[in-house]
Amino acid sequence: MKSLKNHFSLIAALFTILFTVQVYKVLDRSISSYEENLRENYSIVVISNSALDNTSMTTKFSLIRSIEVISPEKVIKRLEKEMDKTSLGLLRASLPKFYKLSLEHYPEPSEIEVLSSQLLNMKAIKRVESFSQTHDQIYKLLILYKGVTQIFAFAIFIVTLLLIAKEMRIWQFQHEERMNIMALFGAPIMLRSAVLFRLAILDAIIAATLVLITFAVIVNTGWVEPYFNDINIHITVFNFATDSFVHYGIALSLSVILALMLIVNHKEEV
Amino acid sequence: MDKVIIAKDLTLSYNTNETIINQCTFDINSGDFVFITGASGSGKSTLLKSLYGALTPKQGELVVGGVQMNNITSKKLNFLRRHVGIVFQDYKLIKEWTIEKNVMLPLIISGYAKDVSEVQVQKLLTHVKLNHQLGKYPLELSGGEQQRVAMARALAHNPIIILADEPTGNLDDYSSQLIWNLLEGACTQLKTTVVVVTHHIPETMKIDYTHLHIEHGSIYEVS
Repeated sequence: MKSLKNHFSLIAALFTILFTVQVYKVLDRSISSYEENLRENYSIVVISNSALDNTSMTTKFSLIRSIEVISPEKVIKRLEKEMDKTSLGLLRASLPKFYKLSLEHYPEPSEIEVLSSQLLNMKAIKRVESFSQTHDQIYKLLILYKGVTQIFAFAIFIVTLLLIAKEMRIWQFQHEERMNIMALFGAPIMLRSAVLFRLAILDAIIAATLVLITFAVIVNTGWVEPYFNDINIHITVFNFATDSFVHYGIALSLSVILALMLIVNHKEEV
Repeated sequence: MDKVIIAKDLTLSYNTNETIINQCTFDINSGDFVFITGASGSGKSTLLKSLYGALTPKQGELVVGGVQMNNITSKKLNFLRRHVGIVFQDYKLIKEWTIEKNVMLPLIISGYAKDVSEVQVQKLLTHVKLNHQLGKYPLELSGGEQQRVAMARALAHNPIIILADEPTGNLDDYSSQLIWNLLEGACTQLKTTVVVVTHHIPETMKIDYTHLHIEHGSIYEVS
């Protein structure tokens, strides 16, 4: 019963770490998805006297993914009734070129400032307009949430790590007698500690599997994704292939490293 | 005759300033049966500890089974211990393991095949008259039986030396006699060097033995 309690303590601590990691991953994915939405909707319009070449612009400015000509025909059509064909032809010829810029990623305000000034330095470009005020505020709020979550995740990680170390110390006391007896007969350190490793690995597998089951339930009940969909964020809450791999990796690495630390610090007493 | 233990100006002490064994010189030949006696606190167990590497000599030289014990590495110590059998007053059996697995321990450590180990364990448990108990756990046995299991474990890997610290200290006369017979048998039949720390040398000893006595940090041979 006592041994079961010790197992539970380690599994619970590992579970907490892994759960926090996954929550952080979900938040990170939702922010990335939101960034993608913002990037797609971000409008920078450039007004130029002469035609701009897509290749030269994307080569010159790494932030620009592509440029797209905005056709003036919609405006010209509205004037068809009021102007004759010659005037419309003259207007068409004298109108500057309008371009919509698509960006590689959602930009920082400073990046936009730099890009705008660089574009304005080009002789042909007359004006650069960006529409980002509302987006910036929401984005900054999300980044703030991400930062706060990072700090909380780190704090949880440290506290649970200390708890795991304490649990393993208890294990060490429980296994010390056997380890000392094995040492008397010349057992190498890895053989003496085999049980400690076996238990650590077993608990790591159990904790990672529990996290996998928990998120499988969350995903299958489908009560998280609608909340994200409502704000136009489409993410994978739990990717069974990659996330499981990460969780098993973290749990196994942590428990093996802690077991190794205990073994290195172990002093033989006979 | 080969010397299996060589101590030259050996000084032993724990971390305190108090010296337990002070500049002692003695040899133990291969195949000898040696008793180490002395009053309580005289340093008998301390000397034995230094022979299995649980205590490093403070000064002087100590060689056990050809291995220099001063500044010994853990790798060399493990190697030496795989050739030494140790018996303690409190048996030091692994409670969670069956009798069979306890006796098998030195064989597991030395990397013997499972089938070979099982045959050897069966033979040894028969030798100590406990072959009917191999599935039991140490706490299910009497003190005398546990010590016989410890003896079987000490003999399992055919050690060159058996070190015994008060092996009959907790036992009744009958069980004590069985242990002495086993130790004598190891010395005479297997030609194993036996070093026993004890308060009293049994009167029933049938073989020649060397008697070393410790007093005030000095070791001398009693003729």
